[in-house]
Amino acid sequence: MSRFRAHSVLPGFNLALGFTLLYLSLVVLIPLSALFFKSAALGWGGFFDLATGERVLASLRVTFLTSFAAAVLNALFGLVVAWVLVRYSFPGKRIVDALVDLPFALPTAVAGITLATLYAPSGWIGQYFAAHDIKVAYTPHGIVVALTFIGLPFVVRTVQPVLADVEAEVEEAAASLGAGRWDVFRRVIFPAVYPALLTGFALAFARAIGEYGSVIFIAGNMPFISEIAPLLIVAKLEQYDYMGATAIAVLMLLISFAMLFAINGLQWWSSRRGTR
Amino acid sequence: MMSGYSVPRRISTHESRSVTLLLIAMALGYLVLFLGLPLYVVFHQALSKGWDLYWEALKEPDAWSAIKLTLITAAISVPANLVFGIAAAWAIAKFEFKGKSLLITLIDLPFAVSPVVSGLIYVLLFGAQGWFGPWLQAHDIKLIFAVPGIVLATIFVTFPFIARELIPLMQAQGKEEEEAAVSLGASGWQTFWRVTLPNIKWGLLYGVILCNARAMGEFGAVSVVSGHIRGMTNTMPLHVEILYSEYNFVAAFSVASLLALLALVTLLVKSLVGWQAKRSGEPLHHGA
Repeated sequence: MSRFRAHSVLPGFNLALGFTLLYLSLVVLIPLSALFFKSAALGWGGFFDLATGERVLASLRVTFLTSFAAAVLNALFGLVVAWVLVRYSFPGKRIVDALVDLPFALPTAVAGITLATLYAPSGWIGQYFAAHDIKVAYTPHGIVVALTFIGLPFVVRTVQPVLADVEAEVEEAAASLGAGRWDVFRRVIFPAVYPALLTGFALAFARAIGEYGSVIFIAGNMPFISEIAPLLIVAKLEQYDYMGATAIAVLMLLISFAMLFAINGLQWWSSRRGTR
Repeated sequence: MMSGYSVPRRISTHESRSVTLLLIAMALGYLVLFLGLPLYVVFHQALSKGWDLYWEALKEPDAWSAIKLTLITAAISVPANLVFGIAAAWAIAKFEFKGKSLLITLIDLPFAVSPVVSGLIYVLLFGAQGWFGPWLQAHDIKLIFAVPGIVLATIFVTFPFIARELIPLMQAQGKEEEEAAVSLGASGWQTFWRVTLPNIKWGLLYGVILCNARAMGEFGAVSVVSGHIRGMTNTMPLHVEILYSEYNFVAAFSVASLLALLALVTLLVKSLVGWQAKRSGEPLHHGA
């Protein structure tokens, strides 16, 4: 019996864990490590030069700014949507609730061509912006639209269960002590949902940073203006610049790992607050 | 308390009617703008030139081969990740061992990786310039810009779906029932089929549906490894891209409408499974 696990009467531990580790290594760990070994061949100087090229930095700026804007939009409206779904009832609520997950289920390429069609200057929505001389599709605004779509479910789904758990008694107590509805929200409800809101925001932000499929159709993809970092990786690959692609990929991967770490911390924080 | 248009759920304190209506209008407006309208536009565009052109686009040989490749890819990657998900959940939920939380974090890793990077890592491994490239070429095996690369990249991006559904579910259920079965003389497989599986069936189905939707719809990762050879290495999302970039919008949206239908079916089954699970008291892990 191996010493690193506690005794159990159930069978299958060696088979199950052995297969899990083998499959995890073959599919995820070895391929991911290939990326780091490849970039190690560059050395620190070479990596730094490639990862901080002007076009790379510009693409990272576009990626981060648009992802941030989309995540903020989703945090604001996601809170309203979660609120409405938890607190009010209206006809068709179940369908609306199910539809919130559409961005998880709809392939990103479909979302991309559809949003590009809607927000093009001649499109159903784009024409109203065009009338005011605002271009949405084929500009960074278009990227924000696509990333808002992609990130829409995260805030709703993280805030919904927490909002449902806020105890009515606490709200009633606050109200009976003379707090207005807005005060109750600001002092009682918002502090309770705040960690979940932040978690949802971070999840939407992290997802947006890596997103590719929905963005490339609506972005216009102009270097330095509307070119996102994942697209630059593809562009480098198409020119057989494997080193350049690898350097950006490593940089993005490190950013993603930092985000994952932050999100785990946030989730731990919000679950701890939830069980006070 | 009177109930007008809005029925407050369990609280006696609630917003004024105008605030309630404003919030509902804001929420629905947002959802219609970002979800409802795009969904409608897919079908509207696909049928904008009539049913004949719609069927034409779907009957085309390249579209057919894209549909077939998408189905093949899902038929390989979903079962592979299903077996993995069950094995991982069994080891993690039913046993105590060191490094468990690290293992759970590692299983979630593919969700943190950009789809484009997910494709790139396989190019770096198996591409002509990659680690195994020369060896593969010497043996005349083509993985990248071919079907195996597409399947591999799809397995990577859908890797966590079923495992992360089953792990919390099986952890919450504990191991008393299995231990009872084993001590009464049941074998490991009997215990799994007769005790564990009936307990996790809804969670399993839930994970499979989400995994399948992503497997059929993945674009970025597959796009990097596919090589975009028409009729050979094009999945449905890649075929949509090619048609769209050729300004063949009706055909692009026709194929896209099939994927949108898949998304709607996914949402429908997902909701049904969620309600079933709630009724049978099986707690589902709601998430991406």
